[in-house]
Amino acid sequence: MHAILFDNTKCAGCGACMMACREQNGLPETDAPDLTDRQFTIIKKAAGRDGEVNYRRFCMHCQEPTCASVCPVGALHKTAAGPVVYNAEICLGCRYCIQACPFSIPKYEWTAHVPRVRKCNFCADRLAQGKINACAEACPYGATIAGDRDALLKEARARLAAEPGKYLPKIYGEHDAGGTSVLVLSSIPFAAMGLPENLPAEPMPLLTFRVLSKIPPLVAVGASVLTGLWWFTRRKEAVARAEGRAYGRVDVPAAVPDDARDDTPEDMRQGAPQ
Amino acid sequence: MKHVRAFFWRVVALAILTGGAYGVWVRFTQGLGAATHLNDRAPWGLWIGFDVLCGVGLAAGGFAITTAVYILHLERLRPIVRPTILTAFLGYLLVVVALMVDLGRPWNIWRAMIWWNPHSVMFEVAWCVMLYSTVLALEFSPMLFERLKWHRATRIVKRVVAPLVGLGFLLSTLHQSSLGSLYLILPTKLHPLWYSPILPVLFWFSAVSVGLAMVIFESGLSARAFGRALEFDLLQGISKVMAVFLVLFLALRFLDLAWRGALPYAFGAGGWGSAGRGSYEAGMFWLETALLALPILLVAMPRVRANPQALFACSAVVVGGFLVNRLNVSTTGLDASSGVHYFPSWMEIAVTMSIVVVGMNLFRLAARYLPVFHDATHGSPAEPRQTAYAES
Repeated sequence: MHAILFDNTKCAGCGACMMACREQNGLPETDAPDLTDRQFTIIKKAAGRDGEVNYRRFCMHCQEPTCASVCPVGALHKTAAGPVVYNAEICLGCRYCIQACPFSIPKYEWTAHVPRVRKCNFCADRLAQGKINACAEACPYGATIAGDRDALLKEARARLAAEPGKYLPKIYGEHDAGGTSVLVLSSIPFAAMGLPENLPAEPMPLLTFRVLSKIPPLVAVGASVLTGLWWFTRRKEAVARAEGRAYGRVDVPAAVPDDARDDTPEDMRQGAPQ
Repeated sequence: MKHVRAFFWRVVALAILTGGAYGVWVRFTQGLGAATHLNDRAPWGLWIGFDVLCGVGLAAGGFAITTAVYILHLERLRPIVRPTILTAFLGYLLVVVALMVDLGRPWNIWRAMIWWNPHSVMFEVAWCVMLYSTVLALEFSPMLFERLKWHRATRIVKRVVAPLVGLGFLLSTLHQSSLGSLYLILPTKLHPLWYSPILPVLFWFSAVSVGLAMVIFESGLSARAFGRALEFDLLQGISKVMAVFLVLFLALRFLDLAWRGALPYAFGAGGWGSAGRGSYEAGMFWLETALLALPILLVAMPRVRANPQALFACSAVVVGGFLVNRLNVSTTGLDASSGVHYFPSWMEIAVTMSIVVVGMNLFRLAARYLPVFHDATHGSPAEPRQTAYAES
């Protein structure tokens, strides 16, 4: 599976990736300080031990994407090649993906008549043509490199082993949220780069699927219990009626047959009294 | 005096509807962003938090009362079956209307029937709401058929009413709880006072509680609006069941908080989320808890239960507590992690209020022209035996 490795110790903050991304996706220039519906990647700065550290934000392309799992119609999905892509044609615009993404990546076209969810699509077209991601191709410092996920994990481990003092001892995205197709090496805490460090190691979709998978047995048990209760209370009521007792603290008239008891006679009322 | 008051409320309703219509116009001509205070950090607002989460819950009386009558054979409750079915049916219709305004591409809603993603809670909610709205339409249909004197249609519906009610119970249980499951996917975003693995269970219990509260609340409203109230001894019985469900809800709520070690947040402990504040969340938590706990104590007192005005007030407090609870889950609990404080725009509020106004007027029309209030067990026309609120 295709992946990207971002190493913030190598990033000079030149912005070549942002420019390549704009060109690739036909996006206008913007000075927005964060990801927007027209900016799929951005370089930001955070304080490090020896001065400022540059880091990138863009879609992590989770192995088991939360956004894809929550979408009622499956407008978002993970392709076999790696990208998490979006099909605007079938999107309802419920924005559950925006709400659910643990990295807060998807953005919405809030002022459009026919709004879309917008985010990095991992250059799915380029990958299909055998090219690598535009941002990785543009990066002059090797801070963003693209390749096979297993190979990049090996590379990341080699970097951690070679210079343990330089990095935090963790490859972000190896297991976080069940693993991502974007791997990150860092000299500063990942949380400072907007990467939550408290995400479960199991895929996020399991949180809801565990509950959803209980529905079929719940329906079966519920239907049986309801039928049982219906039969039981009906029997009790019939016995009570036969013995001339009250059931449910109401006097059930013995003479009224079931069918008539069910609802009001049709000609009972016309309009409500004033 | 009466005319002056009626005129006043008519003007208020008209003002609300005008504002709502303008809000809808802006939303569809200039986009969601122009009409609402929604943004990428707060993608769900009042229209989801109130119109959908609260609207569906407030309509829960429908499945609770029909199950009691048609499955458990509690004949005593039969006189209130029709008003609660009507409320539930109108409630669901209005939820769908609200959803049409909130969805970015509402014309695509039918696609959920064809493009299936069974891993999505939203997919499950969509299907259950669609199916349950159909069930409610069928349960409601005899009121229309009787009015139109379509006797055969009435008989057909009556024959399938028990399985229909059973299906309604199952569908309601599924989607009332699933509205809570929607938030299970946000373990790092929703504040620990509200994020819980048992959210679906909590949502079910609070929905049943508020569904029953709404039966009492609406009976009071109908009494004021057109002098028709439900039998007061029934309402007293319902208030007791409501209190039991509230006790169960609060017990589960606090056991869950204690078990997860989240209770300190209720006492203002910060340290969660980037914002670091905790007093706002704690305050909202206690507001919700107080509004849901107070009615239990009140209803437990026979003197309060015997007073129609007091019982009506209790039900209103439960409805208030429920609204705060749902809005806490959908907005308050997400404030700290999103880094923005969402508060709805006036247009969002106007549209939501318009939906409430439309709902009340549809109920009024239905109650006037359809056989909604009646006393089936005695086969007599709809004169309430004990008009508890009629003089108020």
